[in-house]
Amino acid sequence: MGDPITLIANWLSGLLTGWGLAPWLVTLIMSVIGIVAIATFVLLVDIFLVWVERKVVARFQDRLGPNRLGPFGLIQPIADVLKLLIKEDITPEGADKIIFNLSPIIALATVILLWGVIPLSPTILGSDINVGVLFIVAVGAFSTLGIIMAGWASNNKFALLGAFRTVAQLVSYEIPMVISLEVPVLLARSMGIHTIVNSQNVWYIVIAPVAGLLFFISSIAELGRTPFDLLEAESEIVAGFHIEYTGMKFGLFYAGELLHALTVSALFSSLFLGGWRGPFADQIPLLGVVYLFIKSFFIYFVIMWIKYSFPRIRIDHMLAFNWKFLTPLSLSVLIMTAILSKVLQGVSQPVYILTMLLANIVIAWITLTIVRRYAHVQRKQFTEFRPVAVPEKAQVTTTNP
Amino acid sequence: MIPLSWFLVFSAGLFSIGLFGVLARKNAIAILMGIELMLNSVNINLVAFWRYRGLDGIAGQVFAVIVFAVAAAEVAVGLALFISIYRRRNTIAADEIDLLKW
Amino acid sequence: MPPVQILFIIIAAATLGAALMVVTTSNLVHSALWLVVALFGIAVFFILLDAAFLAVAQVVIYIGAIAILMIFAIMLTRKMVKNPSPQFNTNWAWGIVISVVFFAGLFWMLNSWPGVNTSMPALGPNINPVVDLGEALVSPDAYVLPFEVASVLLMAALVGSIFIAWNRK
Repeated sequence: MGDPITLIANWLSGLLTGWGLAPWLVTLIMSVIGIVAIATFVLLVDIFLVWVERKVVARFQDRLGPNRLGPFGLIQPIADVLKLLIKEDITPEGADKIIFNLSPIIALATVILLWGVIPLSPTILGSDINVGVLFIVAVGAFSTLGIIMAGWASNNKFALLGAFRTVAQLVSYEIPMVISLEVPVLLARSMGIHTIVNSQNVWYIVIAPVAGLLFFISSIAELGRTPFDLLEAESEIVAGFHIEYTGMKFGLFYAGELLHALTVSALFSSLFLGGWRGPFADQIPLLGVVYLFIKSFFIYFVIMWIKYSFPRIRIDHMLAFNWKFLTPLSLSVLIMTAILSKVLQGVSQPVYILTMLLANIVIAWITLTIVRRYAHVQRKQFTEFRPVAVPEKAQVTTTNP
Repeated sequence: MIPLSWFLVFSAGLFSIGLFGVLARKNAIAILMGIELMLNSVNINLVAFWRYRGLDGIAGQVFAVIVFAVAAAEVAVGLALFISIYRRRNTIAADEIDLLKW
Repeated sequence: MPPVQILFIIIAAATLGAALMVVTTSNLVHSALWLVVALFGIAVFFILLDAAFLAVAQVVIYIGAIAILMIFAIMLTRKMVKNPSPQFNTNWAWGIVISVVFFAGLFWMLNSWPGVNTSMPALGPNINPVVDLGEALVSPDAYVLPFEVASVLLMAALVGSIFIAWNRK
């Protein structure tokens, strides 16, 4: 059964060539139409995400959420967009106008760029570059630049401080993200996401669960979501690097953050949960899109679940968590996966899966044991009995904190 | 379709602009930016020669990767030095840092 | 003119223009942002040369790390002056002369080389530069030794820069 997108594309290119246009012009026009189609689809999903976010946070907090506008509050995001559009657009005095206006655009554009390399189905994908995984890292690095531009252009000390802290966190958490992204690349022998999805006869979450978990945690830190949302916490740094943004510019930041969360979920699904794979996805390509979005929304729900259940981590704890825990763990997982995938080169499929799963469980158990011992030592230090007021004759035992 | 000379002339031009940046700027970080432009033009040269020589051997790309690593190391150490100098002398204009410790 | 040539001219003009703005702007943060534009143009050139891995690595390393590091350093070493002082030192005229002479010399030297106008050979169907690069960087009879030396260099730079910039009071 042909999928409709390829049929439409073939018909359109036949039509354009029939009009006598040069082949390179036909390719250019088809590419532009494809880009506009993907970007529009992604932005429409983004509007839906605003509704999902507010309903889910309401249910987590034991209330109903927006239910006035439309059935189940479905018109609420449109009301939000209208409100942001008619707000006053303030540019702070002394701000650098060009950079000030450019940073929200960069923040949203770099998120939409990522959708160009995620394969939505066996035949629907933006472009099949063979360095797709590194492209994701590159676009993430570019968005970091957008944030520091926003912080500096606001001419505001809090914004600058927030931008510094944001960039420190984002650059630090790129390292375990990149190293844990190497594990599916290693298992699939290619950096192209299309190839990685195609070679997932068994989902990679079964073969490399620790790497998946590491990618998940570092992606949540890259997003700037709780528990890592010190960057824009209202009680700590007065909304961080986007203090001075009002109206639709703030809307671009907000929409970009939500869309980034969905993009990260889609990436996690493609790299570790098999992407568009599912029953009958090969014959009916549109089913692949459905499967991918089911998996992405499930992971998005888990990200929101974590957001509304955990408290915020302090910045020094956050950096210590990255450099002392995540980076060594990701390096050891990568080394173990590399060694095992070379040693197990000829064995049958079930033995391979079971050995890799067992090795991952062993690493996880060793890590948990080390962390438990360290926590035990720390707890003993902090909960020793320290008398506050002692009588004159008693022996005063002071303990060092 | 694009002759090799275009790439080489472009990289020569970029190198000259970087050279002007190094020779004529006062701020030390601006000098470092000129050095970065020069290193990038050399990278373009290396990869262009790799591509146009019939892809025999991969030495051009490997050289370019090593240049990436060296440039990153140099920028890191250079900027650490600038911050350290700024703490002592309170300036990083290259023509004001002209005395040894007295 | 084939479209690839038009694209080349546009990207080359943009990159050279951005590089000129880097070396002439007096506001240093603007200069750093123009450097980001120039580095991005170089990444596009890498794509034109079929070196996809180098293009993406350029964005990650240069724009994602080096440019951000430079912006941090600019913001940390800035005195709070409202009107920036002229950013050229006293010998800037000699700088222009030397750059122009250098470019003219390179141009003349390139013209006197017979092989300068070769056209791009076609890439074979099964050639994958990323795979070749990966194999060359870790194969013992290829370039594994420079690769390891580069990683030692990076570690030395890491330790050295932390030590230099450490605030010992």
